[in-house]
Amino acid sequence: MKIIEVNDVSKSYGGVKANTDISIDVEKGGITGLIGPNGSGKTTLFNSIVGYHPIDKGSIKFEGNEISKLPVQSIARLGLLRTFQQTRIYGDMNCVQNMLVSLPHRKMTLREALTTNTRADHDRAEHLLDFVGLYEKRYLRSGSLSFGQQKLLEFAMALMNEPTVLLLDEPTAGINPTLINGLIERLKRANSEFGITLFIIEHNMRVIMNMADRIYCLAHGELLASGTPEEIQGDQRVVDAYLGAH
Amino acid sequence: MTILRPLFYLALLAFIIAAPFLAPDFKTQLATLWVFIILAMTWDMTGGQMGYNSLGNILFFGAGMYIAAIVTIAIAYDVGEYTNAFGGGVYKFTNTQYFVGMGLGLLLAGLLSAAIAWIMGYLLFQFRGPYFAIGTLGAAIAAGELVSNWEWVGGGQGIALPVYPSTDPEMNKFFFYYLFAATGVILFIFLRWLYGTRFAGAINAIRDDEEKAEAMGLHTLRYKQVTWAISAFFVGIVGGISGFQNIHFEPLETAFQTINLGIFMVVCVLLGGKGTLWGPIIGAILFHVVKEVTWNYLLGWQWVALGALIVITVVYFQDGLMGWLARVKPEWFGERVQKKPDMIAEPAE
Repeated sequence: MKIIEVNDVSKSYGGVKANTDISIDVEKGGITGLIGPNGSGKTTLFNSIVGYHPIDKGSIKFEGNEISKLPVQSIARLGLLRTFQQTRIYGDMNCVQNMLVSLPHRKMTLREALTTNTRADHDRAEHLLDFVGLYEKRYLRSGSLSFGQQKLLEFAMALMNEPTVLLLDEPTAGINPTLINGLIERLKRANSEFGITLFIIEHNMRVIMNMADRIYCLAHGELLASGTPEEIQGDQRVVDAYLGAH
Repeated sequence: MTILRPLFYLALLAFIIAAPFLAPDFKTQLATLWVFIILAMTWDMTGGQMGYNSLGNILFFGAGMYIAAIVTIAIAYDVGEYTNAFGGGVYKFTNTQYFVGMGLGLLLAGLLSAAIAWIMGYLLFQFRGPYFAIGTLGAAIAAGELVSNWEWVGGGQGIALPVYPSTDPEMNKFFFYYLFAATGVILFIFLRWLYGTRFAGAINAIRDDEEKAEAMGLHTLRYKQVTWAISAFFVGIVGGISGFQNIHFEPLETAFQTINLGIFMVVCVLLGGKGTLWGPIIGAILFHVVKEVTWNYLLGWQWVALGALIVITVVYFQDGLMGWLARVKPEWFGERVQKKPDMIAEPAE
């Protein structure tokens, strides 16, 4: 079943065509990859999906409903969540507080928001911090963590939010290479154990080829190729795009 | 530690109750101190905890003052006729009329101020950072000007309220001290609870990164409106009490005093430390002491001294006392590395 359907979406900034007639489907329960050279329009497409800017034309559907006209918060409240390429966390709070704020407020009434966090919330927060390897640092101000650790924290916060679909913008960028294998493992487990559909932008080919069921490749704002990791790896156009033969 | 805490609060409460007896000559000063404390604590709800620096909270103070006064008058007389006479006619209030009017007036002052904040919030929370600050300042100045041209509520002359019904002037001072103190204590207890809820986490998230909070699906606008409305509720009540305490007030210098109290509450919070429970209280006490000392010993230069204090605080000491402490002694504020106890440690992957 398709959970996200992007149809003929175009977006330009002034004269720059960041996305031209892009059509992409994300299968429910799977891991979909989005690759492409720098400046090929991957993040623009993410921003269009989560409502950061209006699109020029086309349609974006989530669970069958049109969302291309909705603002960011409304889309997030449907359970479609994204992480940022430049991580965004709440720097003045410690890790546990960051996690507790990330409880799914979309499922909360104002009355429920005006209660204290339960023991179960704390346990879940600590469990997920443990899951990403930040347990020991949970009482440190999150702004004082390294970039890679902040990235892991942001990932844990996203899991805390119990999203239906998670859009990850370069989850392994800036992360110590020795930690990347662990992160791949955790992303896969988030998909299989928590049932979260993943849609991932990634530059690290080894990472994305290892995880995704289906990969889309963008170049110059256009959809260049799509297919299984094997098909993409064997596609001459993709190789050319990366090596600059275009 | 667990036994010390209730003891500390009990001792504090006893001190608050005893204060006007311990310093009988300073009853009015102490009442004013409570005004500073309450305004600082409510300002910190949006300014410190939520990251929205309002320069217009004085609007709710003025609104509360006028609402409470008008309700009290309306119970006994025709408001237009009363304000028109301005001291000329003879208007007597029975004790019942005075206290019922005050009770109902303060309640409505709080509720209507909250409603005003809710509506203003819907419009002004579209702006962020300095734009929000200037927008709120503009709203407060505009409100003052509007009210001073509204003859039904006394125009530029303001309103003269009935005097506290007691022949003993000391009773009057005790009454207003305890009324302010009770409001302050209730506000403190309320905030102590509120800052422990999920709601507080959400407004802190708005302060740290509002775009992230939106992307995480927080109901940001609703939370911002609720916070400002609660803040305005208490400011409105304090404004209402101040009206009765002042007996006579006028719109620009007393009710909507943008450049005095409107700025003082911000300075109190900056001095003590934004975004903490105790910071605004400590800041308010410090500020009040500095203000009174300069008024007594530097007369003629008091505004210069106060201005210098504001400049120094804003430029060099933005984090305030509590913020400075948190930087020097982070462990006092719970920052620490804590390893997993061995018994629950899971095997390494």
